[in-house]
Amino acid sequence: MSFGAPTGTPEGLGTFPRLLFHHAQTRGDAPAIREKDLGIWQTWTWSDVAERVRALASGLAALGFKRGDNLAIIGDNRPHLYMMMSAAQCLGGVPVPFYQDAVADEMLFVLKDAAIRFAAVEDQEQVDKLLDVMDRVPLLEHIVYDDPRGMRHYNQPFLHDIHALMEMGRIHNRNHPDFLDAEVAQGRTDDVSVMLYTSGTTGMPKGVCQTHSAFIASAQGGRQIDQLEATGDILSYLPMAWVGDHLFSFAQALVVGFTINCPESGDTVMTDLREIGPTYYFAPPRVFESLLTSVMIRMEDAGVIKRRMFHYFLGVAKRCGSAILDGKPVGLGDRLLYGLGTLLVYGPLRNVLGLSRIRVAYTAGAAIGPELFSFYRSIGINLKQLYGQTETCAYVCLQPDGQVKPSSVGAPAPGVEIKIADNGEVLVKGPMLLKGYYQRPDATAESIDADGYFMTGDAGFIDADGHLNIIDRAKDVGKLANGAMFAPNYIENKLKFFQYIKEVVCFGHERDRVCAFVNIDVGAVGNWAERRGIAYSGYTDLTGKPPVHELIKTCVDEVNATLAQDAMVAESQIHRFLILHKELDPDDDELTRTRKVRRNFVAKKYQVLIDALYGGQATQFIETEVKFEDGRRGKVSADLRIIDAETFPVAKQAA
Amino acid sequence: MSKQIGEVILDLQNISLRFGGVKALTDISFDVREHEIRAIIGPNGAGKSSMLNVINGVYHPQEGVIIFHGRERKKMEPHHAATQGIARTFQNIALFKGMSVLDNIMTGRITRMKANFIEHALWLGRAKREELEHRKKVEEVIDFLEIQHIRKTPVGRLPYGLQKRVELGRALAAEPSMLLLDEPMAGMNVEEKQDMCRFILDVNDQFGTTIVLIEHDMGVVMDISDRVVVLDYGKKIGDGLPDDVKNNEDVIAAYLGVSH
Repeated sequence: MSFGAPTGTPEGLGTFPRLLFHHAQTRGDAPAIREKDLGIWQTWTWSDVAERVRALASGLAALGFKRGDNLAIIGDNRPHLYMMMSAAQCLGGVPVPFYQDAVADEMLFVLKDAAIRFAAVEDQEQVDKLLDVMDRVPLLEHIVYDDPRGMRHYNQPFLHDIHALMEMGRIHNRNHPDFLDAEVAQGRTDDVSVMLYTSGTTGMPKGVCQTHSAFIASAQGGRQIDQLEATGDILSYLPMAWVGDHLFSFAQALVVGFTINCPESGDTVMTDLREIGPTYYFAPPRVFESLLTSVMIRMEDAGVIKRRMFHYFLGVAKRCGSAILDGKPVGLGDRLLYGLGTLLVYGPLRNVLGLSRIRVAYTAGAAIGPELFSFYRSIGINLKQLYGQTETCAYVCLQPDGQVKPSSVGAPAPGVEIKIADNGEVLVKGPMLLKGYYQRPDATAESIDADGYFMTGDAGFIDADGHLNIIDRAKDVGKLANGAMFAPNYIENKLKFFQYIKEVVCFGHERDRVCAFVNIDVGAVGNWAERRGIAYSGYTDLTGKPPVHELIKTCVDEVNATLAQDAMVAESQIHRFLILHKELDPDDDELTRTRKVRRNFVAKKYQVLIDALYGGQATQFIETEVKFEDGRRGKVSADLRIIDAETFPVAKQAA
Repeated sequence: MSKQIGEVILDLQNISLRFGGVKALTDISFDVREHEIRAIIGPNGAGKSSMLNVINGVYHPQEGVIIFHGRERKKMEPHHAATQGIARTFQNIALFKGMSVLDNIMTGRITRMKANFIEHALWLGRAKREELEHRKKVEEVIDFLEIQHIRKTPVGRLPYGLQKRVELGRALAAEPSMLLLDEPMAGMNVEEKQDMCRFILDVNDQFGTTIVLIEHDMGVVMDISDRVVVLDYGKKIGDGLPDDVKNNEDVIAAYLGVSH
């Protein structure tokens, strides 16, 4: 009998504080939180955590924190900050985690919006930020800090060392022994458990109120899909204000009872990852990408034998690794080779990456390149994708084991209903939906339709296997002249996964077919050209070389072939494209400062090229003015060749 | 400033140092008070590093006396200096390039290790206990200087600014009562300088360590030091609060030259 983790018992354990105290009672000696401090991993057991949470909650109560109050949580992933979340919940309050790297003025909005009276912060840096804006947030009464370093000369009475708060709480506990249990007993499962602010790329940030039951349901669904165990380990290193961290490091940790591990500092995450060897891991695609890059660079410096062995076995893995992971039939020869590869390459590689104990790894937050995704799966790491947003506890779709495809985000999670609106927008319903936006009934009403479905704002479709594929933001999706859906980002992303392609702009809204501008990646293509002995004088010259046209054409053809697989997007195959003679540049207003294409501006500026694409010409002369970095202006001109790509017949499902 | 500057703990009286016919220091007297940050400035070749070397016993002055913690000496020996709580860093980094950051800082604990060579070699009880205790102290220094991420990196692979920080770490590991810093910010960029300033102020503030530093960056010196002594051609030409020194005509002349 292992530690008895609670099994879906909403009756007695419908709130996070009750789950916490249940763990402390039933498996008090199991590790709950680890933190590397002074070079050594320190462990808090569930009993330790429960005792501290009790002290912190009572301390907060002694300071005047009341049911319904919001508690700001600002800092890196520190054990005490996670405990403060629980402490606030014990009293029926709501923790509001902030992005810790925001500057003071950015925090001001949320501080005001959430009517923050109490804040728990990590260190002097965060205290200073709050002191900066203190005069503009009259409601803020108390600040509790975790790390006393540099705080010696701060003697404002509203600043409290977290250990002093705990002491205060312990005294309060002795004087009112029944107080806290009564508070916890008052908590209801449909109380708001946390408020997470949306990043606010569209308008002002909004506080998303999630209930205990929503996050508990999401955590239980995840446990069911992945058979998470109480003996697991997770590294908690992503911002606490992000819904993903709250689901994995807080909700699932409390529901399943596994151990969360807090890294020593932001710079040591990779070392800490290797030391902990988590069983459960979550990272955005860019983390997986940089991990792989670092390995590849180091491999280039290895000896010839090692390098050849590495590349040979990566070839083997590419051929059969994913199939073996998915439990699909694989020939005996390949199986033996793969076994040998595990011994010689994949095992050591997983170890170097810190992923040798991984049972499940997730990525989300952005589209992940299929090559990158397949690489991790092929070396035996069970990397999967999930889909969700703050409003749905990051829990809408998960890829079940054995049914993992790079293109889809998986099947609807247990308890989740999905439907696709007429305009292609993904609508979801289930126990994980938000209770509402904080004090914004108007926004809540706008985002949930009459049938109780939340409108995600993403456009997608459900493929033949019943998996959801996300294609674009719904507002960017257009229609071809024949009425078929046209999702430019979806196609562009597929092309941008090729290392040779830096930027793509697709056209097709209200036209009969899709055409595209392509920007080559001058580093990768230049390198490719050098290895083939193709001489070129500069960017414009390189874009005009026929072998480069062929290279890009193979990429476009490949994308067309995959697009043809799905009836929904098959019409969007790229018929004709050209390679632009200059790089799209924010200085020329073609990209935003965050390097997103300004589609309409580009279309207008290069109208003559679009006309040529749709007019059927084979070449088109263009002259463009460019701004150099020193402010001078110049002109580049070129005769652009327009290339016809190969298109494929729609949806051969057999393929 | 909230810290309490105490009594004079180091008093240098009429120090003169010669190398053959070269007079490095001539009749220099100044004192250092407990908990203060005392800067020594001056143009190249003024004798600043020589002065530090006199304080920790590398050079022995021909004339003058050194009074440290009430004890009067004609000359200081390096091991006396070390065991009495004087630690230092060097102008040209003097670390063990092939050893890790951790091991380098550990060497700062040497004067405090009691177990003998054989006990250490055989990892006997006392040596083990001692090593664990020292390691804890070293980890505190690593935490203090925020260099956890390079704990196991060989020092030779680190950028210059970090090596300087490691050197400060080694000096701190000795838990000195007085810290001699020889151009701690030379060759650093602005950000590294700011970091180093903050560490120096923190050391002074949190541990009450007395600090004597040589520095060329006038902005830094004027910002962080309590008192400044100015040397030129081996002679003392100024001594006092930063503002006084800044307006001292001899000092201005030494730095900027005089119009004839």
